[in-house]
Amino acid sequence: MSVNTPNAERQIWIYTQMLRIRTFEERVKRTFTDHPGVIRGHTHLADGAEASIVGSLSGFKKGDAALATYRCHGYPLVLGSDPKAAMAEIYGRVDGLCKGLGGSMHLTDVAHGFLGTSGIVGAGIPHAAGAAWAAQIRGKEEVVLCFFGDGASKQGAFAETLNIASLWKLPCVFVMENNGYNVVTTSAQEDANAAAGEPLSIKAKAFAMPGVTVDGTDPLAVHAVVSEAVARARAGHGPTLVESKVYRLSAHGNIIAPPGVPLHYPEHEAITVFGNSAEYEAALRGDPVPRFRGILVQNGILTPEHAAKITSEVDAEMQAAVDFALKSPFPTLESALQYNYA
Amino acid sequence: MAQTFIEILRRALDEEMARDAAVYLLGEDVAEGGAFGVTKGLAAKHGATRVKNTPISEAAITGMATGAALCGLKPILEIMFIDFATLALDCLVNQAAKYRYMSGGQLAVPMVVRTQSGAAGGAAAQHSQSLESWFIHVPGLVVVAPSSPMEAYGLLKSAIRLGDPVLFIEHKRLYAMKEDFVDSAELPTIGKARVAREGSDVTIIAYSAMVRTALEAAETLAGRGISAEVIDLRTLLPLDMATISASVSKTHRAIVAHEAVMSGGVGAEIAARIADELFDELDAPVKRVGCPFVPIPFAPELEKALLPNALSIVQAAQELVR
Repeated sequence: MSVNTPNAERQIWIYTQMLRIRTFEERVKRTFTDHPGVIRGHTHLADGAEASIVGSLSGFKKGDAALATYRCHGYPLVLGSDPKAAMAEIYGRVDGLCKGLGGSMHLTDVAHGFLGTSGIVGAGIPHAAGAAWAAQIRGKEEVVLCFFGDGASKQGAFAETLNIASLWKLPCVFVMENNGYNVVTTSAQEDANAAAGEPLSIKAKAFAMPGVTVDGTDPLAVHAVVSEAVARARAGHGPTLVESKVYRLSAHGNIIAPPGVPLHYPEHEAITVFGNSAEYEAALRGDPVPRFRGILVQNGILTPEHAAKITSEVDAEMQAAVDFALKSPFPTLESALQYNYA
Repeated sequence: MAQTFIEILRRALDEEMARDAAVYLLGEDVAEGGAFGVTKGLAAKHGATRVKNTPISEAAITGMATGAALCGLKPILEIMFIDFATLALDCLVNQAAKYRYMSGGQLAVPMVVRTQSGAAGGAAAQHSQSLESWFIHVPGLVVVAPSSPMEAYGLLKSAIRLGDPVLFIEHKRLYAMKEDFVDSAELPTIGKARVAREGSDVTIIAYSAMVRTALEAAETLAGRGISAEVIDLRTLLPLDMATISASVSKTHRAIVAHEAVMSGGVGAEIAARIADELFDELDAPVKRVGCPFVPIPFAPELEKALLPNALSIVQAAQELVR
């Protein structure tokens, strides 16, 4: 264990946050069957990436910022957003984080340092660099965490931004969550490095910045790698590209269908497209949430009783989020015409 | 002493940088003055940190200006030619224009994107376009197109202080235009047009370099017994329909003149609004003057022949006022 290993209390915090994300998103998924029609549009779940999200954010300080993609439910929950407001946003209600104007793909909570997302793959990367430029100017050793997927690394904005970020030594950590799939295309099918058997963090070399690949299902490993990158950024030494390897345990998103057609989550693409049930089942066996709980129990950090207490507290918290969001009113028509301009 | 458009624009930038420490310039070669020398000397005066050269990466630098604007800076980004804004379009349309809205008012993007457009001197098809109408279709953006040095001075200052993403379109044909600098405490309001010349028979609605052309046409028309009112729109989004309405209700005839092609242009939008809101006031159809529907040719003689000029506007006016 390195000096970067969080203490017991902090490890329990990490586990609790992972479970909060998982449970919150299970409630999102269940909404499609428990309350048909309540969620419209697109949702994308981060199940399988909880360890990566929490491990990356565990060193987040006030004044830091995070930006992410449309797969964005986890980050604000870790940063302190109220799950009630997050769920209400996903349900398109007035009490949502964005008053129902953003939805599942665009959760934003500025008060907690979550500056928002882009539904356009890769588009948020330069925004994070811009936020990091502002942080560099402020000169308070604040950093920006930029989350995106492996698919985004094929966008021009990725290459353009990493070049500038490295050149300007911006205090930014680029966390690429590689979940192996671009909707229904595997990384090896669309990434030259992946096809050549190289880690995607090798892309950092083209931009003269450190590139590290980490097991994104191990929150302590992610914490160690990202906290080192954060320390480097705070010290003014510039950005790092972290490839965090995770496995997306749900399909890319709920089905996209015309109004009137009930929405649901299909099976994972490994099964539906590639017929590879073995791969999917292996991923399920490696599910980072129960695995980390097992490690904590095994290491004597968490007792089974304590774990059960956390589970029941988180269940109650997320049930309350669903209950609150279901009762929250729809936004008024007038609000649709607000917020366009200052 | 008379100063050029470029000098007066530089003065506005200089003063706003001195006034507000949050104002930063960035763009390709801006520390050396940029392609047209607008920002020349500002790096020496305000420091290299506040006047940042960027790589040729329009998607990233527009995104970075947007991200910095989310975090308290007021970036002024220079996109060298509006033709290159295609590379920044995703950020402008999908992100900068929507951050305030999608966040339910939590975020703001107080950013000015300075760019220049229009045809002059044989820059050919990829450095001469007038693409402003693309941007007036996007809720959340503001589009400003000044018609003279002093107009640019006031409008740029107002744009910097506005708090929303502004596309500030300068016309390369205006860069050498000279005017006396007049100190005025009052800045123009973004979204308000101005009557550049009063008249009673026909309203000529123009913006950017075409305002000068419209004024020239109005002078010719006056000699032929037609009194033309010229409106300088100043801001294309939001559009000042109140000023247009007051004028057309007086003249009962309207021409929209711009350098851009007519299809899907600003003139199409204004003609539709006049037809919709002022149909009973009209004594004649609304006329549009613009470029033929082709790219801008290189050969300077052809470029000149295709661009709408004062004669095009005079002819349109004479067709309306018989």
